[in-house]
Amino acid sequence: MLDSTAEERDVATRVTRRPTHEDLGLSADDLRSMYRTMVTARLVDEASFRLNRQGKAAFVVPVSGHEGCQVGTAWALERGRDVWLPYYRDVAVVLVAGMTPYDIFLGLFAKADDPSSGGRQMPSHWGSRRLGIISHSSPIASQMPHASGIAYAMKFRGEDSVVGCWFGEGATSEGIWHEALNFAGIHEVPAIFVCENNHYAISVGQAKQMAVENVADRAAGYGMPGIVVDGNDVLACYAAMKEAVDRARAGDGPTLIEAKTYRFFPHTSDDDDRTYRSREEVEEAKHNDPIHKFEHYLRDAGVMGKDEVEPIAAEIKADVDRQIDDAWNAPDPDPASLLRHLYAEDDST
Amino acid sequence: MTEKNVVTAIHDTLHERMAADERVVVLGEDVGARGGVFRVTQGFLEEFGEHRVIDAPLAEGAIVGLAVGMALHGLIPVAEIEFADFIHPAFDQMVSEVARMRYRTNGDFGLPMVVRAPWGGGVHGALYHSQSIEAFYGHVPGLKVVVPSTPYDAVGMLRSAIDDPDPVLFLEHKRTYRLISGEVPDEPYTVPIGPADVKREGTDLTAVAYGLMLHHCLEAAQRLDQEHGISVEVVDVRTISPLDRETVLASVRKTGKAIVVYEDNRTYGAGAEIVATIAEEAMFDLDGPLIRIGGPDVPAMGFASNLEHAFMPDADLVFERMLDLARF
Repeated sequence: MLDSTAEERDVATRVTRRPTHEDLGLSADDLRSMYRTMVTARLVDEASFRLNRQGKAAFVVPVSGHEGCQVGTAWALERGRDVWLPYYRDVAVVLVAGMTPYDIFLGLFAKADDPSSGGRQMPSHWGSRRLGIISHSSPIASQMPHASGIAYAMKFRGEDSVVGCWFGEGATSEGIWHEALNFAGIHEVPAIFVCENNHYAISVGQAKQMAVENVADRAAGYGMPGIVVDGNDVLACYAAMKEAVDRARAGDGPTLIEAKTYRFFPHTSDDDDRTYRSREEVEEAKHNDPIHKFEHYLRDAGVMGKDEVEPIAAEIKADVDRQIDDAWNAPDPDPASLLRHLYAEDDST
Repeated sequence: MTEKNVVTAIHDTLHERMAADERVVVLGEDVGARGGVFRVTQGFLEEFGEHRVIDAPLAEGAIVGLAVGMALHGLIPVAEIEFADFIHPAFDQMVSEVARMRYRTNGDFGLPMVVRAPWGGGVHGALYHSQSIEAFYGHVPGLKVVVPSTPYDAVGMLRSAIDDPDPVLFLEHKRTYRLISGEVPDEPYTVPIGPADVKREGTDLTAVAYGLMLHHCLEAAQRLDQEHGISVEVVDVRTISPLDRETVLASVRKTGKAIVVYEDNRTYGAGAEIVATIAEEAMFDLDGPLIRIGGPDVPAMGFASNLEHAFMPDADLVFERMLDLARF
């Protein structure tokens, strides 16, 4: 981190302090864009659940609570240069990567123009070759070795691009998670592994998922730095990610970042989280809402007034609602397309 | 023309492709310093360097998953699974990722990659160095599964596999590696993935096989001709998936009798699909019962020579069953 001591740099796992945006080279415009992206993600979520209850959206994977760690980490990557491997909760990551709410709702409604899969995959299974967002599946941690392989190819080709790879803490129990980080460490590839630790893998709490307090503690086993960061502090997440990205671009290898956060909604629209966590716990977590925390920062820094919060939200909501309508009215996939794209077709390779 | 055995044919072809295209990399267990346990990548490390000849950590899921990532970012990985028996940890990557990347993205992403795996028995490999895995993956749409059984086909199909924009599981019967030799043209050629090949023409009955069993069928056919004047047509499947049904059916319609031979466990094996195809499509062209020869439904062959022999169909067994069928 920016003013960490040499001694702090020597330990594999560190807790970052909270930097200011000037420390990080972020302008007031950057901050406003980050804030708007977080609010957009939150409003996409709320609209998606509304559509689910209206019977228009069969399945929703919520992001609420994760906006800070997603926007903060994703912001350190560069569109058109770097590669993104999100997982299903990463609405805000894909917004930063260049997807629009319209794209997201095309996926939610399983429309023909859904950029991720043309309506083939469940919603929130992201992918877009144009945007450098790598398609992923549902089995947890299956994208991990892809991240290491892409990063290896970047190094092989002499690029100064990097890979960002996001996942939850449950993913870290999978063997392939270990295998991927092990390879990344051996070959010092330019990959940043971001764990969004919300303490629950659907219903299974962290204590039953691992015997260590921090996912980042595991980084030592792969010869890479492990960083613990407040996932509800968007700037702290950006700071940790920026440093990791700079290291990766400089050829200094991968980093494991653990952003501690919380999911405000159930795992998905089909989950009932009352069966495994109390309402009090959820309400308590909302005191650390990353959007509210960022609003405080923006006010204190004189970037955004309190009276701007509601108009911004109203403007974004109107925009999101318009994009929902557009997506709802877009064409469905052609059933005759079911058999296509098993293999390369003559017009694509 | 140059006389080569199967393993030399594969070594030379992989070498040729790596020399011609810097995007081609190999990764797997012991592919570097050791040159592969079957010596398929012998000398590659010295010639191409460790960034292109990657001694991977001992983790098959990662070997396949890393290859996916490399294929997504401009490389053409040829992953080696040391023995096909060890591919099972990579099953999720093969089925959930490799096979359906193109399909699940509606054609947006493709995976130009090859996974090579030595399979099959006859080498005292016992339960974990002898397995047949083609049926597991032949069942998965999106994978191309090939089983070349001669040096000529191994060369031509490996070229096709490396050139293919989609993933290919390239299965090499390890008993054929040094047992089977043949002429290989010195000029470039390819053998397309998909079409089966009539390895021996005949009129009295059709034998359908691949791998070591192909060679048992060819030997039995030769003896039937010499000893009994029976003319057997032998169809080499070559590609398990997508299966060339037309070549199989055309032969069966011509001869009116069919015997399908494979060394995998009989139940749900690839031969079951071939037999089902014949039953569905050519029932009324048959002049005799459909015969299926497969390994018994026990986990795999034993280490002891007699246990291995008792598991694997051999040329004598194939000969007897062909004779019975011809006389039906």
